[in-house]
Amino acid sequence: MSAVLEARAAPASVRRRIRPTLASGAMILAASLVLAIVPGWFAPYDPLVFDYGALLQPPSLAHPFGTDNFGRDMLSRVIWAYRIDMQIALFGTLFPILFGCLVGAAVGYYGAWPDVLFGRVVDALITFPFLVLVIAIVAVLGPGLINMYIAVGVVGWVFYARLLRAEIRIQKQQEYAAAGKVMGYSDARIILRHLLPNAITPVLVFWMTDMALVILLGSSLGYLGLGAQPPAAEWGVLIADGKNFMTTGWWISIFPGLAIVVTGLGFSLLGDGIADLLRPQP
Amino acid sequence: MPSPSYILTRLLQIIPTFLFIMVVVFVLVRLLPGDPASAILGERATDEAVARINAQLGLDQPVPVQFAIFLERFLEGDLGTSIHLKIPVVQLIEERLPVTLMLTAYAALLALLLALPLAFAAALRRDRGADMVIRGAFQVGLSTPVFYIGLVLLTIFAANLRWFPVGGFGETLTDQLYHLFLPALTLALSLSAVLMRNLRASIIEVLGAEYVDFARAKGLRPRIVMARHVLRNALISTVTLFGLSMGTLIGGAVITETVFAIPGAGRLMIDSIYGRDYPVVQGLTLALAILVSLAFLITDLVQAALDPRIGR
Repeated sequence: MSAVLEARAAPASVRRRIRPTLASGAMILAASLVLAIVPGWFAPYDPLVFDYGALLQPPSLAHPFGTDNFGRDMLSRVIWAYRIDMQIALFGTLFPILFGCLVGAAVGYYGAWPDVLFGRVVDALITFPFLVLVIAIVAVLGPGLINMYIAVGVVGWVFYARLLRAEIRIQKQQEYAAAGKVMGYSDARIILRHLLPNAITPVLVFWMTDMALVILLGSSLGYLGLGAQPPAAEWGVLIADGKNFMTTGWWISIFPGLAIVVTGLGFSLLGDGIADLLRPQP
Repeated sequence: MPSPSYILTRLLQIIPTFLFIMVVVFVLVRLLPGDPASAILGERATDEAVARINAQLGLDQPVPVQFAIFLERFLEGDLGTSIHLKIPVVQLIEERLPVTLMLTAYAALLALLLALPLAFAAALRRDRGADMVIRGAFQVGLSTPVFYIGLVLLTIFAANLRWFPVGGFGETLTDQLYHLFLPALTLALSLSAVLMRNLRASIIEVLGAEYVDFARAKGLRPRIVMARHVLRNALISTVTLFGLSMGTLIGGAVITETVFAIPGAGRLMIDSIYGRDYPVVQGLTLALAILVSLAFLITDLVQAALDPRIGR
């Protein structure tokens, strides 16, 4: 409520820019982050404890999301899963964004043969069906989250590098870049202090989308049994747990899936909102 | 039509891509834990037997030579034999891949039928109620995992309403189309979200283009302007998107086949991973990657045929 009042009190130029997409995305993600950091404050039960007196209970006041076939409280399991899935979003994109930006900035700035080589690598990597390659790598390294991060990292950096390369090439042509060169600044200083702040917006917007995509990927692998391993509560694993009870206990799979959808929406709304906010006003 | 030189260049470009795919798959197999000889012979193999198998597989040779052997075998159509099923991998791929291809083609068709009218409706009513609803729907579509869509459709339309079978693959073509309808719809819902988002943007762009204004100013009927100018250009971006989505579509097919128990290449891949049947995993990775790069090639050629600015 106070956020709404503040937005109303803001000057007209700012008020015009704060869109409902940005506000709702930010709110969803803030809530998700809180749940991920302190799930214990919100989860009514221990997510791993069996309760043989309450097996396969439909949603009720005591168990808003019902219980699974071991009597575990689904609301608590979905809440604890925030910790793992938000972690997947962060760690699954950390190496790609860092390494991708490094490569993208370098090939965009220097051009010449590294740029040509980069073009070839990109062409080849994007022909690989991403999920198939990730599954193949996880199959070789073994199931688990760490191996999933490695698999995602092998391919994921390309998208960031491609984006930043294009932006850096545009910014390099600007006069302020030439001015930096005339001042005798080092390449690293020009790239980091001058070009990067002007070129990073599309990368940050894509980062939001990518975190949503990585959550989808992570839960898919979890569902297939190749990602997070049971009994850990991860949304994909929870959905897989419930798939044999869809007719007798639909709530086991349905609620974790809704958590994925809402979190994914949060990321894409925030991404769109940031893009709107940073787009030059006419 | 694209010029012969464009077609030739594009065909030649696929050679380095294929080589790269081969290298990646080769490296993947190298990373495997344990050596292939003991995988074939079992734990209690004698040293001589292991050495004999290694020589037979060329594993006593330097790595570049091994890669050459791998390439040579591939060109001869030899991808090894499944450890569990004892069937040549090539034969397995020939049996299973058509199912996956049929599923993806079916899904692509459904996605197009869904996305094209909705994208037009959204673009023509830009920023009004219908547009907001359609955009909201594809935002949700983009955030929903394929396996979840599949599971929900399966529960509602197969398990509860019993309109469709819960899985498997029929014998006759009609039967197969019936069995594959829910899985194809699953994939299509997920793909059409991506298609719609981009199509809407490109239709809006075309609607604002000068040549559309000009066509209208000439007094062409709105229907003709739509069909000849707007639709044609929208189709070009659809073709491009289809090509770019092939990888996602194949990945989605792997998951959908698992959810619906369809005996396609994707399910075979997951089963082989559980069973540590590495020759099959390797062969399928190779086959699917080659499939996607061929789809890219076809996309480029079709795009060049539709858009006279490309492919001179």
